[in-house]
Amino acid sequence: MPIGSTPPKYRVRIDNDRCMLCEQCIENCPYGTFRKEGNKILVNSRACTGCHRCIAMCPRDAIDLEEKPVDYRSHPIWTREAREAIYNQARTGKIILAGMGNILEVPPIFDRLLLDACQVTNPSIDPLREPMELRTYIGKKPSKVEVATKPNGDIELLTHLAPNLKCETPIMIGHMSYGAISLNAQLSLARGAAAQGTFMGTGEGGLHKHLYPYQDHMIVQVASGRFGVDIDYLERGAAIEIKIGQGAKPGIGGHLPGEKVDESVSGTRMIPVSSDAISPAPHHDIYSIEDLAQLVRGLKEATEWKKPVFVKIAAVHNVAAIASGIARSSADAVVIDGFRGGTGAAPRVFRDHVGIPIEAAVAAVDEKLRHHGVRNEVSVIASGGIRDSADVTKTIALGADAVYIGTAALISLGCRVCGSCYRGLCPWGIATQRPDLVARLDPDIMWENVSNLINGWTLEIAELMGAAGINSIESLRGNRDRLRAYMLDENLMEVLDVKTVGAGA
Amino acid sequence: MLSHYTYFADISCLESLKWGKAPFTICGSMCGIISVIDRSGEPMNGSAIKNALSLMNERGNGEGAGYAVYGAYPDYADYYALHLFYDNLVEPKAIVEQELEKWGTIEVSEMIPTSEQPRLRREHIPWRYFYKPYPKSMGTAATEEDILIHIMNKINTEIPGALLFSTGKNIGIFKASGWPEDVAEFYRIQDYEGYQWLAHNRYPTNTSGWWGGAHPFNLLDWTVVHNGEITSYGTNRRYLESFGYKCTMYTDTEVVAYLTDLLARRHALPLELALKALAPPFWDEIDNMPENERQLNTTIRMAYGSALMNGPFAIVVANSEGIAGITDRIKLRPLVAAEAGERLYISSEEAAIRVMEQDLEHIWMPRAGEPVIGRVR
Ligand code: SF4
Ligand code: SF4
Repeated sequence: MPIGSTPPKYRVRIDNDRCMLCEQCIENCPYGTFRKEGNKILVNSRACTGCHRCIAMCPRDAIDLEEKPVDYRSHPIWTREAREAIYNQARTGKIILAGMGNILEVPPIFDRLLLDACQVTNPSIDPLREPMELRTYIGKKPSKVEVATKPNGDIELLTHLAPNLKCETPIMIGHMSYGAISLNAQLSLARGAAAQGTFMGTGEGGLHKHLYPYQDHMIVQVASGRFGVDIDYLERGAAIEIKIGQGAKPGIGGHLPGEKVDESVSGTRMIPVSSDAISPAPHHDIYSIEDLAQLVRGLKEATEWKKPVFVKIAAVHNVAAIASGIARSSADAVVIDGFRGGTGAAPRVFRDHVGIPIEAAVAAVDEKLRHHGVRNEVSVIASGGIRDSADVTKTIALGADAVYIGTAALISLGCRVCGSCYRGLCPWGIATQRPDLVARLDPDIMWENVSNLINGWTLEIAELMGAAGINSIESLRGNRDRLRAYMLDENLMEVLDVKTVGAGA
Repeated sequence: MLSHYTYFADISCLESLKWGKAPFTICGSMCGIISVIDRSGEPMNGSAIKNALSLMNERGNGEGAGYAVYGAYPDYADYYALHLFYDNLVEPKAIVEQELEKWGTIEVSEMIPTSEQPRLRREHIPWRYFYKPYPKSMGTAATEEDILIHIMNKINTEIPGALLFSTGKNIGIFKASGWPEDVAEFYRIQDYEGYQWLAHNRYPTNTSGWWGGAHPFNLLDWTVVHNGEITSYGTNRRYLESFGYKCTMYTDTEVVAYLTDLLARRHALPLELALKALAPPFWDEIDNMPENERQLNTTIRMAYGSALMNGPFAIVVANSEGIAGITDRIKLRPLVAAEAGERLYISSEEAAIRVMEQDLEHIWMPRAGEPVIGRVR
C-alpha cells in the first residue's frame, strides 16, 4: 500500500496495576481490540471505534481511551477528515459511507436562541401545583367548527374530526427500521413510547410481529423500497408515513448493508437474506406533487380513511414550498427532517453537505403554511438534531407541533454516537443483528430508559412553559415572540422571525 | 425526595449496569376594568362609570384610561362612527379622507369636542367621521366590514400621523393618556348616553403612555377591555395573520377583538362557544364530560388551539348585542359580576360596582374560564 497507514483514531491503554484480568473487555468488544496473553491484556488500538463498551463494563476503570493520539500537522482547510477521505478514495475509488449525523463544525442555531420567562407583570405558572397541558393532537384539524343551535338551545356539532394521533407529549420517536437497528432496540423504543402515551416510527423495514402489542403506538412507514408493505402492515399502524426523504441524506434512498439482513430481517422486510437493501432515490410512482397526493389518497382509501397519513421530507432549500404542496394534498402531517438528522449509513458528502438546519426549515415551513392559510389544518413534525428539552421547546416555539427524536432515543439505550452503525457490530446491541450483541439489550429493562428520557424532557418542557406563563402547549406553538436571537445575523433572524436579545415585547 | 428531579452527575454505578440493569442516575399589569349593560336598552350617561373607574385609580398609573359607549350616536346609527387621532390636520387628514372617499362617503367630519384638562397633555387631535362604505366597491365578495378592516389596516400601517381606533356603528371610543377622571372630563363623557359601557384604567407595561395603546380597543362592532398580559400573543398573532388580520396596535388586547371577530362573526360560532375557544377547559375536564359535550369541546380545542389565550387576563368583550366577561383558565386576574334589575355589571373590583349601584341583588365571582354574558333583550 503505497500511502501506508493513517494515524490511529484512538489509543487504548490498560492500566495493569488496576486490571484484574476479568476479561470483560475482551468479551464485550466485537471488534477484537483486546486479547489476553499470559498475565496481560494486550490491545490493538486500530480496531477501536470509540464505542466505550469496554470502558462502561470494566469493573476497575482500568481502560484509558485517547482520541486522535497522533494528529496530522494542523491545517485549517486540510483537516484530518478531508485528508483521510482522500486517502480512502485513492485506495478504493468508491463513495464513502458514514454513520450518525452531520459533523459540520457550525454551531446549531438552537444554541443561539434563548427562551423567555415571566417576571412581575405576569406570574409564572408552577407545573407542580397547576395543570400543565402538553397533549398534542397530530393530524388534520378543521379550519373552522360549524355548529347548529337546536330550538331547545342545545348545540349540535356539525364538524367531524379527521382521525388524529393523541400524544401526551410533543415528543415522538422517529423512524429507525428493523434492520438498521435490532428488534430489541425497536421493542425498547416502542414500549417506552407507549408507556409515555406517544408514538414511534417503524422505519422502512416493516413491522415485526413482536411489535404487534405496541402497534397502536406505531407509525408505519412506506418508503421508496416499499419494504414490508402490505395491507396488514398498513392496517396495524396508528398512522402511515410516506418517506420521501431523510435529513441525513436528502435526495437518495436507504442503505442497509446485506450483513445486517438476517433471516428475521429478511422476513419482515420481505427481501432475500443477505441482500443489500438499497431503496431507490425517488418513489417510482411519485414524480410530481400530484402523484404524491394520489399515493396519500390511495393509502387512505386502502385503510378506509381511518389513519392519518404523514409525509416526510428532508429539509432542503425549497422546503417551505414543498411542504405547502404536501399540506394541500390530503396529508395530515408534514414531517421535516433537518440536516443534522442521524442515520445508520449515508454517503459522507450527503450527511455533511446537503440540506438545511431544522430550525430554519421549521420557521420557513410554518410561515409558508400560514401564508397559504393552511397551517392550522395540518400538523408539522420536526426532527434532525434535537438534543434536549430546550431544543424541543424552541422547535415548537418556531412553529412545529411535535418533534421526532432518533439519536437521543438511541443514546438512552446506551449508544455512544461512535458512528460505526454501518458495520453491523454495534456493541450496545442497537445497530446490529448479531444475536449475541442483540442479546445485550434487554427490552424488558431498557424500555424504561426510553420512557424515563421522554418523561424527563416532558417535565422540563412543562417547567419551561410554566416559567413563560403558558399552561398549554398550543400557546407555545409558533410563539416566536418568546424567543430571542443571540448573535445570529439579521437575515437569519428574519427567516426565523425572531428578535434579538435585548429587544422588548 | 424530589420526585421530579435528578442530579446531573457522572453515571458511575457499575453494578446495575453489569447485571443488565439500566444505568441509574443518583436520585438524589395591573389594570382596572368595569362594564355595565342595561338589558332593556335603557340609556345611561357616563357620569356613574367615570366615578367607578376613578375609584380604581390604584389599578392605574395615570398613563391611560378610556371609555366605550354603545348607543352613542342614535342619529347616525346606520353609519360607521370612525374615531381617529391625528397628529396634525394637514397631511394625514387629507390622505385619510382620500382613502375613505375611495371606498365610500363621509357624511359628517368633525373634531370630537374636548375640554382642556390641566393634568392631561394633548398628544393628538381626536376626530370623528360618520361614514358609509359603498357595498361592492371592493369586488363582489367583500362586505362592508371587509372594507372597514382594509381601511383600518391601511391607515394604521401606512399613513403616519393618523390612527383609526373606533370603527363601530353607534359606538364611541374615548381614550387618552391620563387619569380616568381627567380623560372623562377631557371628552365630557357625562354628555354621552348609551345602553352599554366599558371602561378601562391602565397601568401600562408594554406600551407606555401612548394614546393608541389605551383601552378600550375596538374593531367594528367589537370592543375589548383587558387586564393582564397574553403570553400566547405570538401564537395568536400568527394565527390571526393567516386570516388576513394585521396586528398593528402594539398591544396584546387587539388579538382578543380579532379572535372574537374571527370566531363569532366569520366562523359564526355562538358567543359562548367562541369564548370557550379562547379559554377552554383542561383536557382532564374534557375527557370526563358526557359524550356529546366531550366531542364538542374536543373539536373546539383541536380546531382553535391557536386561538387559546394563555397568561393572566380578565377581559370584557362587547358587541351591540351585549357584553361578556371572561378570565384565563386559572383566573390569574380578578373579575366580579353583579346584577341589579336590568343591569349587569362586570368589574375588576366589587367596590367599583358599588359606586355605580348600591342596591345589588346578586353579586358573584365567576369561575376561571367561565364566561359571564349579558345580552340586550
Ligand atoms: S475489563 Fe478491565 S479489568 Fe477486566 S480485563 Fe479488561 S481492562 Fe482488565
Ligand atoms: S448505535 Fe451503536 S454503532 Fe451506532 S453509533 Fe450508537 S453505539 Fe455506535
